[in-house]
Amino acid sequence: MATTAVADPDSGLTGAQLAARYGLTSAGARPSLPSYVRQLWSYRHFISAYANAKLVASFSNARLGRLWQVLTPLTNAAVYYLIFGVVLGTRGDIDNFIAYLCTGLFVFTFTQSVVSGGVQAISGNLGLIRALHFPRACLPIAVTLTQFQHLLASIVVLAGIVLVDGEPLTVEWLLVLPAILLQAVFNAGIAMALARLGSKATDLKQVVPFVMRTWMYASGVLYSVQYFEKHLPDWAAQLAHLNPLLVYIELMRHAVMESAPVTASMGQSWLLGLGWAVLAGVGGFVYFWHGEKEYGRG
Amino acid sequence: MAELSTAAPSAAATTAADGSRIPTVIVDDVHIVYRVHKGATAGTNSPVAALRRLLIGAKPPTVREVHAVKGVSFTAYRGEAIGLLGSNGSGKSTLLRAIAGLLPVNQGAIYTQGQPSLLGVNAALMNDLSGERNVVLGCLAMGMSPAQVRRLAPEIIKFSGINDRGDFSSLPMRTYSSGMAARLRFSIAAAKKHDVLLIDEALATGDARFRRRSEQRVRELRAEAGTVFLVSHAIASIRDTCERSIWLESGVIRADGPTDEVVAEYEKYMNRS
Repeated sequence: MATTAVADPDSGLTGAQLAARYGLTSAGARPSLPSYVRQLWSYRHFISAYANAKLVASFSNARLGRLWQVLTPLTNAAVYYLIFGVVLGTRGDIDNFIAYLCTGLFVFTFTQSVVSGGVQAISGNLGLIRALHFPRACLPIAVTLTQFQHLLASIVVLAGIVLVDGEPLTVEWLLVLPAILLQAVFNAGIAMALARLGSKATDLKQVVPFVMRTWMYASGVLYSVQYFEKHLPDWAAQLAHLNPLLVYIELMRHAVMESAPVTASMGQSWLLGLGWAVLAGVGGFVYFWHGEKEYGRG
Repeated sequence: MAELSTAAPSAAATTAADGSRIPTVIVDDVHIVYRVHKGATAGTNSPVAALRRLLIGAKPPTVREVHAVKGVSFTAYRGEAIGLLGSNGSGKSTLLRAIAGLLPVNQGAIYTQGQPSLLGVNAALMNDLSGERNVVLGCLAMGMSPAQVRRLAPEIIKFSGINDRGDFSSLPMRTYSSGMAARLRFSIAAAKKHDVLLIDEALATGDARFRRRSEQRVRELRAEAGTVFLVSHAIASIRDTCERSIWLESGVIRADGPTDEVVAEYEKYMNRS
């Protein structure tokens, strides 16, 4: 067959020698970490355009269109309020249960949808990956950005609910911004890590809903985690307080509610929130970058 | 089987100072193995069978490895247009994806000058979005700046001709005919100057007028001292645009040389079987 060791009949060099002589680079080679960051930065317009496009596309077949961005969190809150607030009465000694529930629910939903989107960020976009060349981290980051925009709509709804529910508007509301930014960084890291895992293990998609449901019950969305202390051994209850989602939910509750029933000191929560964001953000990014060459094999 | 492994003489080739030709793509003994998920097949995909596989640690039969490219080597030079011939499933598209760096190789190496761009029929844009938005998205994905995109977007839509019969550019792409979608994709990819352009059947679905226009654009891109690869089953379009051709069959190069000779070999083979 027509394969010879000599790549260039003119000079008699092998492929690698010829490539080196004319400064050719290996196709699809993984860039170094700093140059990957630079590449990603130069694709920031693509990321935001792609995230917006996903947002628009997700409502393009619904008659009410982007109104669902507001209707979905409202309906969600109504259902959970009906079950846990009215029927089961888990409100316990929480003063302002509607505000408590909605805050937890909306913050949790942000991470939940980023996780389920992140798992499929690579495996669901193989067509795009095999057609165009761009730093693949654009995809999980765009997933986070799309969901961040959903979160912003939810927060508008939340502000309405909380104010109607009788909470005062205070300066502390400004703390909402750093809280959701920390959570967004945390989520982006998780999305990148899961995108790489999901690109190899296609069964992960089936497992994610169960993991997320467990995580939800462990994060004190519907009830206070103080319940745990009655039933769990001491070390396990302590461990439950490190749960990043619990931390972000409590930061948010503290920001929008006057007398928020939080379970940890605020200083500790901010430190934990920052720590988780840095750990997940940097860890997830490096982990994703390591697999950059492999995406697209399917 | 006649061997035509010496590269075709190319008058248009840009040469280095010492007179040797400048390579743009070097494919060095490349093997590519695909992992394909076959999907559900009767009998092998029942819960019991899955559990059994889990227990004995067998590979799921729904995943099959396809050895699509088996040890291919060639060198492409600046200013060349190379046609890739071969029957369906011979590994042409896979090879192009690997050259574009979109599909990792299992063995061997591919070296390229700059970043090759693949222009294929399945260059998936977003079907729920309008043609205009897809143009913006596609251009940004190729690494253009927003200012460049704003400047080029009207030209791209005009070149694609999708607005020839009413305002289609503001309609979602899922409403386009396959030919219109292919034309828009080609127009987006052709808007940028590429060092190496890989065209995968992208011209096949357009009508005669668009094909003429796109062949003209391919010639322009070549004139800018790039290298063009063209996969097509339309022998005539390869004859028109390429002076060198590579014939791939079952992942192996059967012939590499001047288009006329390779096409003659290929047609003889196709007519015989």
